[in-house]
Amino acid sequence: MTQQRSTSLTLNRRGLLGALGGGALVAAGAGMTARNADAAPEDAAKWASELTGGRNPVDDPRVAIDLPPIAENGNTVPVTVTVDSPMTDADHVTKIHVVAEGNPNPGLCTFELTPACGKAEASTRIRMARTQNVVAIAELSDGSVISGKKEVKVTVGGCGG
Amino acid sequence: MAASRPRVKVPKSAAKGEVFQIKTLVTHKMETGLRKDKDGQPIPRDIVNTFTCDFNGKTVFTMKLEPAVSANPYIAFFQRATESGEYTFTWTDDTGESVSETKSIQVG
Amino acid sequence: MRRYWTGVPGVVAAVLLLAATTGAAQEGSAVYGDIMNDPRIKDHIVGDKHSGYVYATVATRDMQEDDFKNPAFTWVGLAEDLWGAAEGTAGKSCADCHGAVETLKGVSLGYPKYRDKTANMAALEHVINECRTERMGADAWKWESDQMLGMTAHVKLQSRGMPIDVAIDGPARPFFEKGREFYFQRRGQLDLSCNMCHLDNAGNMIRADLLSHGMGNGFPTYRLKWQKLGSLHRRFTGCNKNIRAEPFKRGSEEYTNLELFVMWRSNGLPSEAPSVRR
Repeated sequence: MTQQRSTSLTLNRRGLLGALGGGALVAAGAGMTARNADAAPEDAAKWASELTGGRNPVDDPRVAIDLPPIAENGNTVPVTVTVDSPMTDADHVTKIHVVAEGNPNPGLCTFELTPACGKAEASTRIRMARTQNVVAIAELSDGSVISGKKEVKVTVGGCGG
Repeated sequence: MAASRPRVKVPKSAAKGEVFQIKTLVTHKMETGLRKDKDGQPIPRDIVNTFTCDFNGKTVFTMKLEPAVSANPYIAFFQRATESGEYTFTWTDDTGESVSETKSIQVG
Repeated sequence: MRRYWTGVPGVVAAVLLLAATTGAAQEGSAVYGDIMNDPRIKDHIVGDKHSGYVYATVATRDMQEDDFKNPAFTWVGLAEDLWGAAEGTAGKSCADCHGAVETLKGVSLGYPKYRDKTANMAALEHVINECRTERMGADAWKWESDQMLGMTAHVKLQSRGMPIDVAIDGPARPFFEKGREFYFQRRGQLDLSCNMCHLDNAGNMIRADLLSHGMGNGFPTYRLKWQKLGSLHRRFTGCNKNIRAEPFKRGSEEYTNLELFVMWRSNGLPSEAPSVRR
């Protein structure tokens, strides 16, 4: 495509440099995608399994993940995990593991909660290498493990300086 | 660690039983260990790996951080007001250095 | 002077840049479309001028609006401590001359400013360093140091929400003209000038990025890409590198004149420093 465009117009030194520049941008974009495609959902599941001592999480609507639908930069993506729980001594969330399915490493963070929290919600900001799912796995005081999942689209900017 | 103080928001007072949010910000580069310098040498990992919040000497919230937490970590969570006292917040990084901040709250 | 001159080579470069990922652009626009329904943008549009806030996602705006979410505020905290700290041979602090920082309300809105003493334009950073070297007997801060970024953010924060108001008449005029010339001068291997993106194509997609008006009212800004606070001159450096032009030094006369032109374009927009941008 770039070839056609540049030959359809008078080709001179500046035009050629411009064309090369355009090509380089596309190549850079392709390289980035290839480099980041080195983690998979299985890695995330394995990581989570290690954290929870092999207990398989069950999808549960009580786990909600708030992420922007599109992150304009993967460096700083706000994330909030909320688990619907009374947070009493008898019934509370003990841990929330947050895991990425498409980062070089699956781990993001683990929040350790106590009944003093009053509400099972925690927020932070994470790095996302590319568009992927974020999984939150909550360990409850009764020993059960529940999870939720949400996708975030990460844009690769055109410039960014 | 960072030259600047951490920033923490805790309400000055709260009613007994009230659930309120605590917000924290700390300056840290959160070097992932995956990057290389100009000479191609890996830059060693240096991240804040643990954040703890104690209330009147008892740990009430902890966060374990991985390199995928953004630079200058923002951490927010909730607390239920039970009694007046002091919160202590501590961030510890891979070099073993830590920084703390305290905030008091009146409950009644 | 070459203004708006669009020869064939430049068109090739621009078309290639804009056409590089049309698919991503379309997908992006659909999502970016939501950002125009946020009622908060009203305060960031003055006449036909749009602050960079208008081109930020809702999540980024949320980060800017809350002083406990905006990471720039740890730099402001650093500057709060520096404000009262005596330094240098004179044993003075900022507070010894200026009192409370609130006395500087509105002051930053007029920078860059012409000064007879140096017979050129001074950015806020230049004036802060003059205070340090001449009145405090302290070392100058580096342009992009945490201290300088924090102090400019701290001072500009006193004018948050007030309209930018730089003067370009009288002795500032020739510097303004130089800044304008820079703005419209095509440069670098991609042969692009500032206006080609930020004036002629503002609001259009460049790959997955939405081009802004390139306003300066939010600087220093916490850029998600940088993962730290950064100056307007750092942004100029990045733009120049992107079009494969040799950047100028931060604090150079070229960039200070360009800052004057960019801030004149921003006149009337609310000061948002320290803002959050992608």
